[in-house]
Amino acid sequence: MRLYSLAVYLFLYAPIAIIALFSFNAGRHASDFQGFSIQWYGRALNNPFVMDALETSLIVAFVTATLASILGTLAAVGLQGLRGPARAIFDALIYIAVMIPGIVIGIATLIALVTVFDVMNPWLESLWGDADSAPTLSMGRGSLIAAHTMFTMALVIIIVRARLGTLEKSLGEASADLYATPLGTFRQVTLPLIAPAVLAGFLLSFTFSFDDFIIAFFVAGSETTLPIYIFSSIRRGVTPEINAIGTMVMLASLVLLIVAQLILRRGDRK
Amino acid sequence: MTQRARNWLLIAPSGALLLVMLVLPLSFVFVFSFGERGPSGGYVPAFTLEQYANLPARWTAFKNTLILAPLGTLAALLIAYPLAYQLAVRTDPKWKTLLLVLVIVPFWTSILIRSYAWIYILGGQGLPALLGSIGIENVRLIYTPFAVTIGIIYGYLPLMVFPIYVALDRLDMRLLEASGDLGARPMTTFLRVTLPLSVPGVATGCMLVFILLMGEFLIPALLGGGKVFFVGNALVDLFLQSRNWAYGSAVAFTLIVIMLITVTIYMRLIARLQTGREDVAVM
Repeated sequence: MRLYSLAVYLFLYAPIAIIALFSFNAGRHASDFQGFSIQWYGRALNNPFVMDALETSLIVAFVTATLASILGTLAAVGLQGLRGPARAIFDALIYIAVMIPGIVIGIATLIALVTVFDVMNPWLESLWGDADSAPTLSMGRGSLIAAHTMFTMALVIIIVRARLGTLEKSLGEASADLYATPLGTFRQVTLPLIAPAVLAGFLLSFTFSFDDFIIAFFVAGSETTLPIYIFSSIRRGVTPEINAIGTMVMLASLVLLIVAQLILRRGDRK
Repeated sequence: MTQRARNWLLIAPSGALLLVMLVLPLSFVFVFSFGERGPSGGYVPAFTLEQYANLPARWTAFKNTLILAPLGTLAALLIAYPLAYQLAVRTDPKWKTLLLVLVIVPFWTSILIRSYAWIYILGGQGLPALLGSIGIENVRLIYTPFAVTIGIIYGYLPLMVFPIYVALDRLDMRLLEASGDLGARPMTTFLRVTLPLSVPGVATGCMLVFILLMGEFLIPALLGGGKVFFVGNALVDLFLQSRNWAYGSAVAFTLIVIMLITVTIYMRLIARLQTGREDVAVM
């Protein structure tokens, strides 16, 4: 049995180790190791395409995580006190958001937004009076953030709601008895107690958005995110540079995960 | 402001986002699936069932998905169960959490990067070369259904281990001892006590993995090399290459319907299994 577990761990980590190993390959060729070098890390960090893609990914992930944790937390708190059909409909929508494959979310968003933009753009033009200064709506960071926020917000609602469910009702009542306003109760009682869940939701949203390929592939328009860059590079052949980027991305996700874990753990102890 | 109004105000922004970015787009897919392809791609309004009549043209993609998604789920289950059992039942509590986290961590790192690692391992210079050096020549692994299945197991194993672990971890150890005291052999105890009690975890794990696999694109794209493709790959082709939105919408809508049907049947089956056992427990 022990041996079996060991084999499974090996299966889980060997591919990751191989990528990390080959990222230090001195040779140009992806698959035979010709000595140790960190040159590919330098190349990757000096590649303007990589840096552009990284910038886009970081901005999108940060805005997504911020919006998702704010909107998701508000909704989770609001849903606590809501019953009846409105609650049932909302729950169904969250369930659908999480269950529908990412690829369907991607294509649905693509065709809906492109169609809506095609109608809106001439209208905006006539509203502005001249075609040059009128704003044009197009697929890009905005649509990417909107699609990612929709999905990750559903995750945040689920996480925060689980935390809210464990809180004592009497805490809020006690606060109200002591003449705290509803906002005061939220800020001084509820929020500190659910903060770890909100923060964990933020970090998970960030990781999801940063790693997402399939939704971005459809809705990013002419923007390139890091996963899109990596995917199109692999299509042209695996290089040590891609391995270096992959290793750095995995290290960064690892750090974020550990931070999320520690925060959740500390929250549980309180 | 009444409490009711306040609650509505709190859920309004997220409700609006769900309407604009989920309900509206999915309605577009539904409506477009009855339309026609424009002369230069895209969509022309119409009401025709032509797109649905054309579905058999993409039969291979549906067939591959409907064979490899359940197969991959089953394979992941068979590999995950012993590990989850070992972690939950046989491991020193001191190490449990750490070992579990080690299983889950890969799931939260980019599946794109993890999948393409297998191009190395299964590609000509990897395992086939190794097998060649011990005399087994000309083994082709990459771009086969086998490669895609390995990629699936690798990608979704953590998601399968976690719920099974949770179910087994909640198991009351005294039940196992009682079974042993009553003279049951370890294998009997496992089959009649442990396994039935872990069914909820198994059910959750299988459903999560199956749902994600139905929409899979990356693993077949990287490890199937255009030979083994899923519905997801057909969708990418229809929307980004041939720009046939009407037909693509019909394929996407069919995928959702198939998913809903299988998941509903599956949940019914699991529910029946559960109630069946509760009766036994009462006896």
